[in-house]
Amino acid sequence: MLKRISPALRLASRNISSEVRTVTLIPGDGIGPEIAASVQKIFAAVEAPIAWDPVDVSPVKNPDGTMGIPQAAIDSVNRHKIGLKSPLMTPVGKGFRSLNLALRKEFNLYANVRPCKSIEGFKTLYDDVDVVTIRENTEGEYSGIEHEIVDGVVQSIKLITEKASRRVADYAFKYAKENGRQKVTAVHKANIMRMSDGLFLKCCRDAAEQHPEVKFEERYLDTVCLNMVQDPGQYDVLVMPNLYGDILSDLCAGLIGGLGLTPSGNIGLGGAIFEAVHGTAPDIAGKDLANPTALLLSSVMMLRYMDLYDHAAKIETACFEVIKEGKSITGDLGGSAKCSEFTNEIIKKIEAM
Amino acid sequence: SNIPLAKYGGRHTVTMLPGDGIGPEMMGYVKEVFRYAGAPVDFETVQLDPTTDDYHDLVNAISSVKRNGCAIKGNIETKLNRPDIKSRNVEMRNELDLFVNRVHCKSHPGVKTRHEDIDIVLMRQNTEGEYAMLEHENVPGVVESLKIVTEPHCERLCRYAFDWARENGRKKVTLIHKANIMKVTDGLFLEVSKRVAKDYPDIEHQQMIIDNCCMQLVSNPWQFDVMVLTNLYGTIVSNLVCGLIGGPGVISGSNIGPRYAIFEPATRNTGSKLIGKNRANPCAMLNAGADLLNHLGLKYHSDIIKSAVDNTVNVDKIHTDDLGGSATSMDVVQNVINHVKMAAK
Ligand SMILES: Nc1ncnc2c1ncn2[C@@H]1O[C@H](COP(=O)(O)OP(=O)(O)OP(=O)(O)O)[C@@H](O)[C@H]1O
Ligand SMILES: Nc1ncnc2c1ncn2[C@@H]1O[C@H](COP(=O)(O)OP(=O)(O)OP(=O)(O)O)[C@@H](O)[C@H]1O
Ligand SMILES: [Mg+2]
Ligand SMILES: [Mg+2]
Repeated sequence: MLKRISPALRLASRNISSEVRTVTLIPGDGIGPEIAASVQKIFAAVEAPIAWDPVDVSPVKNPDGTMGIPQAAIDSVNRHKIGLKSPLMTPVGKGFRSLNLALRKEFNLYANVRPCKSIEGFKTLYDDVDVVTIRENTEGEYSGIEHEIVDGVVQSIKLITEKASRRVADYAFKYAKENGRQKVTAVHKANIMRMSDGLFLKCCRDAAEQHPEVKFEERYLDTVCLNMVQDPGQYDVLVMPNLYGDILSDLCAGLIGGLGLTPSGNIGLGGAIFEAVHGTAPDIAGKDLANPTALLLSSVMMLRYMDLYDHAAKIETACFEVIKEGKSITGDLGGSAKCSEFTNEIIKKIEAM
Repeated sequence: SNIPLAKYGGRHTVTMLPGDGIGPEMMGYVKEVFRYAGAPVDFETVQLDPTTDDYHDLVNAISSVKRNGCAIKGNIETKLNRPDIKSRNVEMRNELDLFVNRVHCKSHPGVKTRHEDIDIVLMRQNTEGEYAMLEHENVPGVVESLKIVTEPHCERLCRYAFDWARENGRKKVTLIHKANIMKVTDGLFLEVSKRVAKDYPDIEHQQMIIDNCCMQLVSNPWQFDVMVLTNLYGTIVSNLVCGLIGGPGVISGSNIGPRYAIFEPATRNTGSKLIGKNRANPCAMLNAGADLLNHLGLKYHSDIIKSAVDNTVNVDKIHTDDLGGSATSMDVVQNVINHVKMAAK
């Protein structure tokens, strides 16, 4: 499916790894620029064949008076098809569409992928988590269709289409195969949302038939929540509609210690954007205190997406080793290292490889 | 409520809806334990058949509950291959106006879990929201599902939660929503809760977004006291919290409306894989039975059963395998009966 959707992208990415490819970099706000700089330094150390095209996405006034992403940023992602994004401040006030939403719409980012894996050396109550949530990212409860029917009675519409469900279901199986995963679980509530979740489920079943080498199971959303907090080891890749994905991905992030450590990728028709899902942390911005791990692991996902597996593995190994040793970790992980010290420690490990 | 319940010759008649999966087995245990406790209750059993779109069984069940005032219930399976058939679980709650599902999630000191000392009360919207079951296919391949939120229902739920919190010495009520995305529906829920909260200045009121809430629950569940949730967020959170404190086998939940009440296990599982294996944990249904007795005003009998279950789980530690033990369902029931016998002497 994905092959058919973006032949140019797949072709380009399968090129021999020595060819330098350009990636759009959105340094973002708050701690964004610091953690982006950390990633750039580490990429240089590992000699990843990547050139960066940094863009500013601060909202500008469009000709029609609305606020939106600058055209130059859109052009950059359209040209390179791949972006790495640091956290952005969501402007408060009316008339702003959230930038995240704008990017999602602009590049048709239909699947949100969030791997959650327990990190050795960072102790939580759960040490056996290794799941990937894949969330439909374009419709469902986020359709934004809401209204008041009569005074005091309001309704919102959850929109499920076969097209969007098929494409995310297919992607889940493709992801499972490409990343050596064993099983895909469709998470649904079709016992209540008979038709809408029923349609989503049907698309997953169809996709499962086309990928018989990957195990498939279907589970109720609430049962998954029940099991996930008791025995997360029973799940592998999970695919689900928008809202369930939002909720479950945060739940899973909570199991491994929060958003500071979880990477994410947004896979689209017009490109893919990898991002750290945590906020801009204005309280520690500019103080060299931020933990760049989430963005770094997002960039590792990006490298794998570009078939640069060796570079990805090196960075990931070095990062996990530094956290495991626990000598140079940042404050949020219970250490006292600066962002730059943590970064240099990772670079040392890479250079020793 | 002050509505008189069916009672003849000093005995109450109560509707029993065994449901599917392990439901019928669990009901057998309930009857057994009630008998030893000497509870003056007779059951009127009504079977439901979830495989048909002829709703005679449902009409029967509803009129039985209307007659008797309350029921104990197992989960009724909803067949996924027939989207035209309505969920009987949902229909019954709507028809009987059981607007709140109340679940008290309290850690069991005798059960080993990752998190200890959790004590959260969930107040779940039980009759509308995402469970409106209004869906249609506009054009082939495009389905719309409506979520309906009404102001009177929100207000009633919020008032119930705050009243309950006050009567039970609780300090904080947290409303769970997703009003940043569903600005109109969840927005209304949020707005009403803030308005109602003003009438309860002695109780702290907080709001939290559902995804953050789930993250918080697994890392710091102790921050929560009473939670108010929409229907869907309610099923998510009740399963999550029950998972934190030992799974689906122990905790019971109450479905309450102005006239009627239905008692059932909190996580509403069917447990179809456990049928006939003598391995399911009967405690959740026994606790639902105790809740029922309490509702009937039979506090003495209710307490005997509650504490028999409590002793079995936390003192004797007779655990089925969902709690990490190797006892059978019958072992648990027998132990509960032993305690009941001693207490009822
Ligand atoms: N990468 C990081 N490294 C270290 N601490 C972090 C990181 N990300 C978040 N934090 C901490 O977590 C807390 C919440 O951060 P977050 O960025 O979500 O704040 P916020 O005020 O919600 O920002 P935003 O408005 O951008 O969402 C902050 O106290 C921050 O210090
Ligand atoms: N009373 C119980 N004692 C022990 N385990 C239980 C009990 N009830 C449910 N479980 C377990 O909890 C898990 C979820 O329950 P269940 O399978 O009923 O969920 P469900 O999603 O309702 O599925 P289904 O409708 O297929 O039965 C299962 O592993 C089941 O075995
Ligand atoms: Mg979220
Ligand atoms: Mg934030």
